[in-house]
Amino acid sequence: MSTETTTKDTAPGASVPGQTVLDARGVTMRFGGLTAVRGVDLTVNSGEIVGLIGPNGAGKTTFFNCLTGLYVPTEGEVRYKGNVLPPKSFKVTAAGIARTFQNIRLFANMTVLENVLVGRHTRTKEGFWSAVLRGPGFHKAEAASRKRAMELLEFVGLDSKAEHLARNLPYGEQRKLEIARALASEPGLLLLDEPTAGMNPQETRATEELVFAIRDMGIAVLVIEHDMRFIFNLCDRVAVLVQGEKLIEGDSATVQGDERVVAAYLGEPFEGAPGDEEAAEVAQAEASAADAEATASDADATTADAGTAAAEAEAGAPADADTTTDAAPGKENDR
Amino acid sequence: MTTQTTAPETPETPSAPSTGASSSGLFGIPAAAGRALAAGGSVLTIVATFLAWTWTSEFPGDLTVYGYPGGLQVLVLIGAVLTTLLTLATYDVKALGWLVPAGGDAAVKFAALATFATAWYTVISISVELGGVVNLEPGGYVVAVTSLAALVGALALPFERPEPDPIDPDSTAWENFRHSLGQGWNTTKAAFAAESPRPVGKLPSYAEILIIVAALALGLTVFTYGIGTEYDELFVGFLILAGLGFAALNKAGLIAHVSQITARHQNITVFGAFIAAALFPFTQTDDQYATLGVYILIFATVALGLNIVVGLAGLLDLGYVAFLGVGAYAASLVSGSPNSPFHVHFPFWAAVIIGALASLVFGVLIGAPTLRLRGDYLAIVTLGFGEIFRITANNLDGTSGPDLTNGSNGVASIPNLDILGFDFGAVHDIAGFSIGRFANYFFLMLIITAVVVLVFRRSGNSRIGRAWVAIREDETAALAMGINGFRVKLIAFAVGASLAGLAGTVQAHVTYTVTPEQYLFAGPIPPNSAFLLAAVVLGGMGTIAGPLIGAALLFLIPNKLQFLGDYQLFAFGVALILLMRFRPEGLIPNRRRQLEFHEEAEAPAVLGKTGA
Repeated sequence: MSTETTTKDTAPGASVPGQTVLDARGVTMRFGGLTAVRGVDLTVNSGEIVGLIGPNGAGKTTFFNCLTGLYVPTEGEVRYKGNVLPPKSFKVTAAGIARTFQNIRLFANMTVLENVLVGRHTRTKEGFWSAVLRGPGFHKAEAASRKRAMELLEFVGLDSKAEHLARNLPYGEQRKLEIARALASEPGLLLLDEPTAGMNPQETRATEELVFAIRDMGIAVLVIEHDMRFIFNLCDRVAVLVQGEKLIEGDSATVQGDERVVAAYLGEPFEGAPGDEEAAEVAQAEASAADAEATASDADATTADAGTAAAEAEAGAPADADTTTDAAPGKENDR
Repeated sequence: MTTQTTAPETPETPSAPSTGASSSGLFGIPAAAGRALAAGGSVLTIVATFLAWTWTSEFPGDLTVYGYPGGLQVLVLIGAVLTTLLTLATYDVKALGWLVPAGGDAAVKFAALATFATAWYTVISISVELGGVVNLEPGGYVVAVTSLAALVGALALPFERPEPDPIDPDSTAWENFRHSLGQGWNTTKAAFAAESPRPVGKLPSYAEILIIVAALALGLTVFTYGIGTEYDELFVGFLILAGLGFAALNKAGLIAHVSQITARHQNITVFGAFIAAALFPFTQTDDQYATLGVYILIFATVALGLNIVVGLAGLLDLGYVAFLGVGAYAASLVSGSPNSPFHVHFPFWAAVIIGALASLVFGVLIGAPTLRLRGDYLAIVTLGFGEIFRITANNLDGTSGPDLTNGSNGVASIPNLDILGFDFGAVHDIAGFSIGRFANYFFLMLIITAVVVLVFRRSGNSRIGRAWVAIREDETAALAMGINGFRVKLIAFAVGASLAGLAGTVQAHVTYTVTPEQYLFAGPIPPNSAFLLAAVVLGGMGTIAGPLIGAALLFLIPNKLQFLGDYQLFAFGVALILLMRFRPEGLIPNRRRQLEFHEEAEAPAVLGKTGA
């Protein structure tokens, strides 16, 4: 699984660097009396990786769903490349925003290749009659779709498993396949909902590399994640949602140093509370970790970091392979 | 991730006891003795089929003759020959190695079971029908003993016993009882389990095509035999032998090999299958069984259309038969029936187009409001619409409503088709074979079936087909991939409806009369919505062969087993429950489902109570 990011040409959905891809203004989402998201502004520029963090129940996924057309915001609007998003999720995908899901939602009984081909749906036109009559145009389009899908599978390192059923892939590869499927719709913006949930450190690092590679293709990325190390390594900017409101937005160092963020995650310390010493210790540890991160966060250091990560990922590959064979479903029943 | 790891095991030593799991047979007979017993028993069974089994010809099939087998004896003979061959193959007979690519022991067990069940069924039904075992001739006793011996020998063949679950010391007697039951069930399952077959080698393509032809010929023979069985006992015996024999070939790995070969030559296989089907009327001497053939074909074609809706797009449609009805009514009204208020007689092609279009319109009208629903709700609404169609057709009789369908009397006296001077009602002589009315319609229906198969295959393997499957798998994710769910589902619904309408246009001519009572939700006579769905589920969702075979079985079984009488639907229900319990993917599993280590994923891991 090599992620040579520089050799990749730009994706078809890519846009000019610096252009505002996603512009959410004053997004508010109410469910009856409950305000899940209140007045959130967020912009994502092309070539940028933006993180969205927040404690559980902060409204991250609700906000995400507003961006993908599953919900229509009660107030405010979301613009993609200047156009207000249509209120249907399939139209949003056609417009150029692709997403992955927090709990993997692959088409489990389709092959890996077919999953990616489904992702190509919006970029192909062949309808029912074309499929039945099978003119030359059909074969051409089908071949082109297959070629592109195989490229994407190669990109995420799944090309050797194209004919496997999606449900038989190990967990980490299912995540990768979901990303490949999302990329197949040639998006200008990719939304990743907790892409490393349930992954081990090696897999997380590999995902990190993958996201960088996607960014280098010219696709803007918005990530929701709970793994702070992952987020702060990856993102150019991080926004923090707490109780439906945006608390702060800025680069890693700013966010990590912010007291309110720490408080939101760990709770306000108060006098004489049982366990507040521990909490303080944790906060301290976090702060020092943040310092260490902050010193290492200039550009050179990041690339060096990424380099080592890549090397480690390479080194971890054999071990990885072992785990994948172990994780193969049905193996345990062979005994 | 290749779990197609078939270590080249010789059939002689079918499961090296490496994991510590004990490897022995179900009985305390040494494996070698068991194998010898199976071989000897089945050879003697062959001999026994040439003896007389009963003294009187009152039992159908004439089993009274020494010298040649008749009726059920032929079936037993076939089973015994199969068992003998498979047993010899497990002796490493070089010439028979191809028979058992997945190891022969499990196959021998099934084949012996098939022979045993058929033989004992015969012997028992002779005794019951003629009133006592005194009616058996020595041959009957001999075959009972030899087939039992073969079965005992086969079951003594070694298999890998599953690791026993440890018993929880705290459990009650009832829990222990259940535990031991489960243990016994696991052991039985393991006894009949086979390894995954070794991949089939590359043969020259003419050889592969010959194999396909042979397989199709075998299929045609089996089907023709089944359709032509003249009495209940023979059909039951046929079902027993065909079912267990198929299981035996499946366990031997032959079915997997043949399907791999057919997958390499898909077009040839499909084409060959149609040739084989077209040969069917030539195997019949009178029109009696061609009638069954054409009805089966109508039923199967409609089931295949339903398979687009249910199997590919995952839309549970319980009122599908209404589309068949719409097509039939539309065609009958413009085909010159005296009951038709239009008094027109369009040529057949125009009637076909009108029938398909009417069904299409009806499908879109029903689909547009209902397809926004998911799952159970859709099923209930389609069920309702199916009934609405029938009741409406009943009421459009001139008294309750406008006179269109002639009410419950239906549109009658639909004239026979006449295409380019070919009168479908007359008997024609083709190459010395006389081809009757139903055979004519059989050929016509076969063309319609070919159209439906073509549409199914091509649309299934395309952008739209993938979108259907994606919707079935996960609608939310499919929407997020940019699939316009409603539109795609509506296309599936409309395509399914017009294909059913297409079949309906022929059905109207075949049955002479179109009445509302032909289009029930559930009833003893297929096609009705419940049977159509059952044919799809039984045969295998999402496949072409599945609904065709499912429909053939569902049509033949009630038709042949007249003695079931009022218990027909009950037996059908029980059979369906058993099938869903033991083979939920249907008789012909979908390619997607069988693609890889399906068996392993399917088999419940040892989820004994220890895990609970």
